[in-house]
Amino acid sequence: MKPFAYARPADVAEAVRTVAGDPGAVFLGGGTNLVDHLKLGVARPDLVVDVRRLTARTIVDLDDGGLRIGAAVTNAELAADRRVRERYPVLAQALLSGATGQLRNQATTGGNPLQRTRCAYFQDVTTPCNKREPGSGCTAVGGSTRNHAILGTPGALPDPTAAETCIATHPSDMAVALAALDALVHVQGPAGERLVPFPELHRLPGDDPSRDTVLAHGELITAIDLPPLPAGARSAYRKVRDRASYAFALVSVAAVVPRDGEVRLALGGVAHRPWRARRAEELLRGAVLTEHAVRAAMEAELAAAQPQPGVDGGNGFKITLVQRTVVATLRDLAPEA
Amino acid sequence: MDAEISLTVDGEPRRLTVDTRTTLLDALRERLGNPSPKKGCDHGQCGACTVLLDGDRALSCLALAVAHDGAEITTADGLAVGGELHPVQQAFVDRDAFQCGYCTPGQICSAVGVLDEVRRGWPSAATPDLGAEPELSHAEVAERMSGNLCRCAAYVNIVPAVQQAGGVTA
Repeated sequence: MKPFAYARPADVAEAVRTVAGDPGAVFLGGGTNLVDHLKLGVARPDLVVDVRRLTARTIVDLDDGGLRIGAAVTNAELAADRRVRERYPVLAQALLSGATGQLRNQATTGGNPLQRTRCAYFQDVTTPCNKREPGSGCTAVGGSTRNHAILGTPGALPDPTAAETCIATHPSDMAVALAALDALVHVQGPAGERLVPFPELHRLPGDDPSRDTVLAHGELITAIDLPPLPAGARSAYRKVRDRASYAFALVSVAAVVPRDGEVRLALGGVAHRPWRARRAEELLRGAVLTEHAVRAAMEAELAAAQPQPGVDGGNGFKITLVQRTVVATLRDLAPEA
Repeated sequence: MDAEISLTVDGEPRRLTVDTRTTLLDALRERLGNPSPKKGCDHGQCGACTVLLDGDRALSCLALAVAHDGAEITTADGLAVGGELHPVQQAFVDRDAFQCGYCTPGQICSAVGVLDEVRRGWPSAATPDLGAEPELSHAEVAERMSGNLCRCAAYVNIVPAVQQAGGVTA
């Protein structure tokens, strides 16, 4: 492991100033992903700035009926909070479906959405990867693609040598739920605070796959707000994976269904970011959620999907799988339809 | 780069100088002579390094020692009091819940954490009703212990051991 200096600043402002002013500096939260990357050589910082004790470790009620979650609240504490379990079951379920009890005790609210992809090639420093080493190419294209993206990718047969090629997925379950909940992210930067709507926090690879989010170097998540859901709204998270526990999603669905009104759907395991299914939401607006209607809406959503061939059989199965998973999730939430 | 830190390990205050790259696991094993937490995968995938970190079960291989200056750590080595095994340790003996024993200290620390989390009413992915108090069913124990791998596959006895320590008579 490359040597690094360690700093524990007195407050958020100093931490932000320190990282913003040093291209070789990184923030350390719970460390569950960063410490692994230090060992693997995926992350090679000169300076590690510990922010775990600088942000709030509390969940407070907001005047509008929502909740403000401090960035230092652990995933375990958040999933166990009575208000979260009662008002935002989609979030509690997403958190509990991720990682293990030990990891949930360490991982934080601010850190979880910023974890990096589990693409095997990204984590293997001996293979080209545009996300880890911009311009080096993409080894996943034509490799093992079972865990890779079908939406928001650069085309049917991306060029593995092109600098913009990346078919990685975002691994967080929590982030899929927060995208469906239209959570708001409090971000502290050198110039002050800004609010980022959660569905806009993560990027598609575009022309720079090395950037997972819209955050600039040195910007720090300090809290995440959950807006209140309409009275009578129901929500759920459903995850499909290769084994029953402790595995990342092949596909997952976070759904919010108000008593009457607009269904919100976010998909995990299918794209470089949590994927808000805007097209399907639009088609389901005001509609009765029959299996037929949901299936048709998801067909429209997935019309542009680009399944990737691969030495492991590829990931074309995700198109049917995610469609069925949405149907099953909405059937559970709106069984009368 | 070196840093001086203090840790309380199994009730004993310790001071040591560590390289900033040192994990809590390596600090415990290589620097403080406590081989109880094991290095299995060293990547947070197997659970053999599980300790109680400020009261909660955690993976010591994914924690930087320097980031836990002042922490209170309990390893499986520190659970017995006055020569009397901790109820979880006794249950592992009673139920024959191990074979080679390599994963056992991590399993035991994890199980102590699980029982505490259940006492606090924390749900898991196996809890049928998020609003209800969780019970120590087979499915609950299996899900909550899923971060601790046992290559001897002693799971069939680990689950009843955790249930026994949690007061479930099976």
